[in-house]
Amino acid sequence: MHTWYSLMNLLLPFGWLQHDFMKNALLGILLVTPIFGLLGTMIVNNKMAFFSDSLGHSALTGIAIGVILGIDNPIWSMLFFSVLITIAILVVKEVNTASTDTIIGVFSSTAMALGIVILSRNGGFTKYSVYLIGDLLSINPTDLLTLSIVFILVITLWSVIFNRLFLASMNPSLARSRGINVRLYEYLFTMTMAVIVTISIQWVGILIISSLLILPAAASRNIAKNMRQYHVYSVLIALISGISGLILSYFWGTATGATIVLISSAFFAVTFVLKLRGR
Amino acid sequence: MTMNLNMIQHNCTHTSEGTSCKCGLCCTTITNFGVTRGGTEILRNVNLHIHCGDLTAIIGPNGAGKSTLIKAILGEIPHSGELQFLDAKDQGTTKPSMGYVPQKLDLDSSSPTSVLDLFAATHTRMPIWFTYPRKIRERVRETLARTKVEHLINQRLGALSGGELQRVLLALALDPIPHLLLLDEPVSGIDQRGLDLFYKTVSTLRQDYDLSIILVSHDLNLVAEYADRVAFINNNTIECTGTPQEVFSNERIIKTFGLDWSQRYQSNEKDKVDHAHMV
Repeated sequence: MHTWYSLMNLLLPFGWLQHDFMKNALLGILLVTPIFGLLGTMIVNNKMAFFSDSLGHSALTGIAIGVILGIDNPIWSMLFFSVLITIAILVVKEVNTASTDTIIGVFSSTAMALGIVILSRNGGFTKYSVYLIGDLLSINPTDLLTLSIVFILVITLWSVIFNRLFLASMNPSLARSRGINVRLYEYLFTMTMAVIVTISIQWVGILIISSLLILPAAASRNIAKNMRQYHVYSVLIALISGISGLILSYFWGTATGATIVLISSAFFAVTFVLKLRGR
Repeated sequence: MTMNLNMIQHNCTHTSEGTSCKCGLCCTTITNFGVTRGGTEILRNVNLHIHCGDLTAIIGPNGAGKSTLIKAILGEIPHSGELQFLDAKDQGTTKPSMGYVPQKLDLDSSSPTSVLDLFAATHTRMPIWFTYPRKIRERVRETLARTKVEHLINQRLGALSGGELQRVLLALALDPIPHLLLLDEPVSGIDQRGLDLFYKTVSTLRQDYDLSIILVSHDLNLVAEYADRVAFINNNTIECTGTPQEVFSNERIIKTFGLDWSQRYQSNEKDKVDHAHMV
């Protein structure tokens, strides 16, 4: 950690970076936004925006379970619950013919309501409202270690499974004719999403987590012509929005996550205009 | 009650029979296929024998189980019975390798997926969001040349016409050359000229590579023109098989598709024969 601090002091001797919490937040953003940029492309491809949103909402129940069990850091109960609800959604989707949107909606609202009911017992919901908007500046060196491990795991997994996952998302039968186990890749992808969303929630907040996943990819989609451009632009937009959002939120005294989302939205607006003019 | 016009043969000693068959020794057999999902029997007692070099068309009313049969052959849904490929050289039986041309891909017209992306994702493990292997472009160009679409290599899939996309997907299914080619005919978005071009290409390739082809189709004129054999699926099983002439003069089929079409077909055939006599 010391190396990182002194490296920052040396390379970026700016006023806003003097505090250790800002250095931590910057490192956090450098680790987490590329993952958002990468995973977002597949989420937008598969039209799963609503699913990522519901993963965020179901985290409330995860926190509530943690509180009931008396766990200090509810991250484990949140992880457990979001993986559980992902499996539940996939299983129900397979046996049921109702629209996927409806099924996700049912699970998402149930999980959110259950979380609020448990957490608001004895009128104590306010102390959990930090989870709604998140606090990126509270990120500490232990969190950063977790994030680094997750970063390496996700990038590795994404390199290994992407091509086959991509084919499976284009046409399951076509993927099957190439010997791809479609269901395995569907599960791997949604599990990865569940883990990333859950881990990031305490810093980004339940209300805007899915915007961070969707916006960079959606903006990139406006201007990209192939998969490589799509990913490169998406990761770049996520990184730039993350860093500039952190700096602006410092000077404006605003919530970091929401500031980042606003900048990503601006990117979307600009690329959308570019797309219209390019026609 | 089944009424197979041609008795299904279970061994491959039919060298004289396959008219367009060069090697005449290899074949694919589907024996006693059945599919039951959610307690409902969708297919039962399906037997098909496909000679190499033959195009077998599967016709039948909607909901009769045509697409279920394709999915079962692909192994996408579980089935009873056996699927075997009998090799000409060693007379051994294996699972046939399969090429599949889907009706459509799950992508919207703005998707940043190029033709090269689709092929690279199929042929390599190198994640396409990172880079392409060096030699892939050359290989893909050669493959695309088989269906005369090599000029589309850098195009986005969403920007192709229905006919162009079908030929790109056909090229994909033919790399590597499969034992069995499954064509799920496009239901919409493809004009008559594109359709003709597509089936002309299929015919040429069938002769060049001695392909066994299963075609699912609603277009009976097309089936009459290109198919060597026709299998009629109705009431969850194959009710009759035979040459187009045999099958299209069958009462049951006339009832299903309407007397009108059948009479037109018969008179067309008669015209052809008369015309041939005159020449």
